[in-house]
Formats: sequence, C-alpha cells, structure tokens
Amino acid sequence: MKQAEFLNIILPFKDKLYRLAKRLLVSNEEAEDATQEVLLKLWSKKTKIEAYNNVEAFAMTMTKNYCLDKLKSKQASNLKLVHSNYKDEHTSLQKEVELKDSVSIVHQILEQLPAQQKIIIQLRDVEQYDFEEIAKVVNMNPTAIRVALSRARKYVREELIKKHNYGVS
Amino acid sequence: MELANIEKLLDKYFEATTTVQEEQELQLYFSQPNVAPHLQEYQPMFQHFANLQGEQYTKNVPLQPRKNYLKWISVAAVFVFMSAIGITYHQDAQDRAAAELAYLQFKESMTLVSQSFNTGASRINHLTEFSDTTTNKIFITENN
Repeated sequence: MKQAEFLNIILPFKDKLYRLAKRLLVSNEEAEDATQEVLLKLWSKKTKIEAYNNVEAFAMTMTKNYCLDKLKSKQASNLKLVHSNYKDEHTSLQKEVELKDSVSIVHQILEQLPAQQKIIIQLRDVEQYDFEEIAKVVNMNPTAIRVALSRARKYVREELIKKHNYGVS
Repeated sequence: MELANIEKLLDKYFEATTTVQEEQELQLYFSQPNVAPHLQEYQPMFQHFANLQGEQYTKNVPLQPRKNYLKWISVAAVFVFMSAIGITYHQDAQDRAAAELAYLQFKESMTLVSQSFNTGASRINHLTEFSDTTTNKIFITENN
C-alpha cells in the first residue's frame, strides 16, 4: 500500500480518533500522542488493512484500548496528579468568568463520567454513530449501550440543573 | 420545528431512544438563537457537543514511521558479540603459543644448567676417595 492510499483511508476519521482520545485522556498533548501512536500502528499493519471490513471501527477500538491502557498505567496517574494540581480551585478572576460559562460546565460534567460512558457519549453525541457502530467499538450489546447512554445524558442534565439552581433553591 | 415536537424528542433523547437524525434535529434546534426559555438549560449541552465536533487533529500524520531499528541493532549486536569471542579466542591461542615457546626455552636452558651441574658434580666424586683413605687412618687409643 502506498502512503497516499493509506492517507485516503485514515483522513476521514483521524479527527474522530483524536477527539475520542481527548475525551478520555487529560491533555491535548496526550491525545495527540495517542492518535499518532494509533496511526503508526495502523501504518505498520497496512498490509492487513484491506482485510478489515471496517477500518474506522477498528481504529476507534484501537484508540479506546490505547487510552484505557494509558489511564491504567503509572504514567497517566502521574500526569493526573499534575493536572489536578492545575485544576486546584483557586478562584482567580479568570476561573470565575470561566465557571459562568455554562458550556465549560458541561465539559466539567462530562469529565466526571466513567470512561465507558464518556466513550459512548462521545461516539453518539459528537460523532453521531449509530448503536451498531458503537457496539463494534466498545464491545457491548446495543441495549446495554442504550442504557449507558441514557444514564450518561441524564447525569449531565441533572448536574447541569444542579449547577443552574446553585444558591437559588 | 414546533415546540411540542422538540419536547417529545428531548424526552426520547434522555431515554436514548432517539435516532441519529432526530438528535441532529435537536442539535439544529439548540444551535439557533431563539430557544424556548424553559429549554434553555439544555442549550449548553448541545452547544458543547457541537463545539466538540469542531476539534481537529492538527498534527501531521507521520508518514514514515520508525523503521525496524531493532532488527539492525540485533544484527549489529550479534556481529559485535561474535567478533569479541573471535578476538578473545585468537588472543588465547596466541598466548598459548607464546607460553609454549617460553616453556621450551626454559626447558632448554635448564637442561644446559643441569648438564654443567652434572659435569661439576662428577669432579666432586674424587673427594670420596679422599674420605675413604683418611677414615681408616684414625686410631682410637685407650687412655687409662
């Protein structure tokens, strides 16, 4: 396989890989590294790439597994420590302004979701996969995915309402 | 899109029974400015998803991935290893040859020494004659 052909295959979904990695990992840099790693792995397996009937789902699964491994590994926990330092609730002016921004609140709520729900909500609400496609990536049956998705969405809604009503009720 | 429909879709959305198309309709509705007041609290959620869709992987795709250096490193390592063994073996053989030569030289010189020693020793044999002739010449005298 030539480089150009390979690029044509991966170009449509490389952003999706990156966004999934970004949802699961802590920083942009980490997500970029993860994406690059996955693309390199795909490139090294380029001879077999035609054998996969759905390269995108395969790549998404690879990204998911890679990120979950990263999260489990010691490296990630170190990074997490750094990150939680950074997230320390020193209420600077900028932070307060940011907190007023409801969109960033949604982002924080999404961060609180367990990894599985994060993946599902990312695949469904951002990438707009249907349940069969999600099933291929997360290896769950569609009913379980539907339940998890509903739970995740309701959690976001409840937290959002909680934040909205904070200090009011 | 009338409001009742949107509300129905929202309920279905939170039960996760909406289709992808219906969810797109919802996103479209929440992306426009005039959202019904009681639904506005859902707006940031959809807005955020819309924002996330815009994220792109900006880094270049690494075209030529790392080559299989490991293979060549192992070949080089084997070569170094073998040549190290060869050199030590060769040195060993050289050392042995040198030691053998030294041993022969030493043996030669030692035989030379022992030969000259033996000729010297044969001269000493005459002394026994002297001792033989003198021992019998001593007489013991009783002195009482």
